[in-house]
Amino acid sequence: MKYLLMIYMNEDVFEALSQDERNAVFAGHDAFAPKIRESGEFIGTAALTNPTQSKTVRVRDGVTSATDGPYIETKEYLAGYYAVDCDSMDRAIELAAMIPDAALTAIEVRPVMDESGLEL
Amino acid sequence: MGIEHTDVEDLLRDAAPQVLGTLVRRYGTFDECEDAVQEALLAASVQWPAGGVPDNPRAWLVTVAGRRLVDQARSDISRRHREEAVAAMTPVDHLVAPAPDDDPRAADRDDTLTLLMLCCHPSLSPPTQAALTLRAVGGLTTAEIARAYFVPEATMAQRISRAKQSIKRAGSRFEMPAEPELTDRLRVVLQVLYLIFNEGYTASSGTVLARADLTREAIRLTRAVHELRPDDGEVAGLLALMILTEARRAARTGPDGELVPLTEQDRTRWDADAIRAGLALVAATLPHGPVGPYQVQAAIAAVHAEAPRAADTDWPQILSLYDLLSVLAPNPMVTLNRVVALAMVHGPRAGLDLLASLDTDPQLAGHHRVDAVRAHLLEMAGDRGAARMAYQQAARKTTSVPEQRYLSARAARLGTT
Repeated sequence: MKYLLMIYMNEDVFEALSQDERNAVFAGHDAFAPKIRESGEFIGTAALTNPTQSKTVRVRDGVTSATDGPYIETKEYLAGYYAVDCDSMDRAIELAAMIPDAALTAIEVRPVMDESGLEL
Repeated sequence: MGIEHTDVEDLLRDAAPQVLGTLVRRYGTFDECEDAVQEALLAASVQWPAGGVPDNPRAWLVTVAGRRLVDQARSDISRRHREEAVAAMTPVDHLVAPAPDDDPRAADRDDTLTLLMLCCHPSLSPPTQAALTLRAVGGLTTAEIARAYFVPEATMAQRISRAKQSIKRAGSRFEMPAEPELTDRLRVVLQVLYLIFNEGYTASSGTVLARADLTREAIRLTRAVHELRPDDGEVAGLLALMILTEARRAARTGPDGELVPLTEQDRTRWDADAIRAGLALVAATLPHGPVGPYQVQAAIAAVHAEAPRAADTDWPQILSLYDLLSVLAPNPMVTLNRVVALAMVHGPRAGLDLLASLDTDPQLAGHHRVDAVRAHLLEMAGDRGAARMAYQQAARKTTSVPEQRYLSARAARLGTT
């Protein structure tokens, strides 16, 4: 079963950290990625820029507009993800708990949809 | 020239377990031999389509894989121990001519089952058993398996290598287990083959190309096991179940890839030859020996296959088969399918009552298929509002894109009031 582990970030929380604490977060990510590669559960990962760099794109009546900033303005924003393929939701939760941001903000775990289906 | 790529592919996949078995019997290291065979298969898949297939393909593969193995040993082992190690790795006949025991089919054929048992080792998770089986017995490349499971090739390579390490740690040997373990291990092999089949069969239009191979491989491997154990009713039952299910493939999805339920399928699109073959297998198997879950499931598939129209389906017969299956191999899906059969015989309200009594079953609670069955029965009972809500509930919970499309469409069809 595939899951997306979405890392949510809050700038205020991150800025309140000391340099050592910040370094520990980075080191935590550096340790996590090889761990899930080694276990054969890794599918992909990406870190996203700050949402101030976002463009939000809309098409109305065939006209495209791109405005500055995120679609939804919130304190918490998606900062990156790991995509994993593991045995169960319990295991996905276990993996999410290993991501350093889980101790600061939160990781949202959601099953990825499958293209397969049974005749119902 | 004149050789289709797929012919070479078939040849290689058929030869894979026999070559691996020969190597393991000579050198005794499953892990390294399996890597060497994979390399030999890759070399052949490049060289044979261009340069032609050698006279004795299996001997070629054994020789090339054997050389890789010796090369590997040379590079792995320190200079000091190298000479004696290589000497120890090299058999008397020195890899050139096939050993006298290579050709008789009996010895080679037994290897397929021994390898299947090793790959389906109980220390591995079912998906890992499936991946290792496809590579070591099916002769698929890591890249092909990774594509079928939608994971990066490096991830699949890592899983297979870890699986082989687990088997090594468990101290498992390349030999047929003795009874009663043999029977248990054969059951696991059948489960894994069925898992591989379903991975391929449930693929929707968008994923058919990547996964169709899995269905074909599962049937090919199950057929090989059936040839080795012709008197095992469960092996025959599983093969029949796969053939009868696969016969419906063309009818199970509509032109836009949407799922078509069994009762609404255009039965003229079912594969009549496959159904004949499946029915013959069921007829030949059922009268003999103890009846197991695969035979019962094959019998259910056979009852569906024998009905020219959905309305002709012998539901009382299907219900009694599900009654039997709930005793032999109870599981949540069997329970739900039995509810449907019961509703078809005794009416939707009887089905809904039974479904309500299952709400506290921890294995079923919260499962989207419970909502889907409830929705279907409510629709049959004419309660459109409640049916629509149950379809929507099921659509929110499913992790399958085609199922979600189907369930949302059913909900929409019942109106928006």
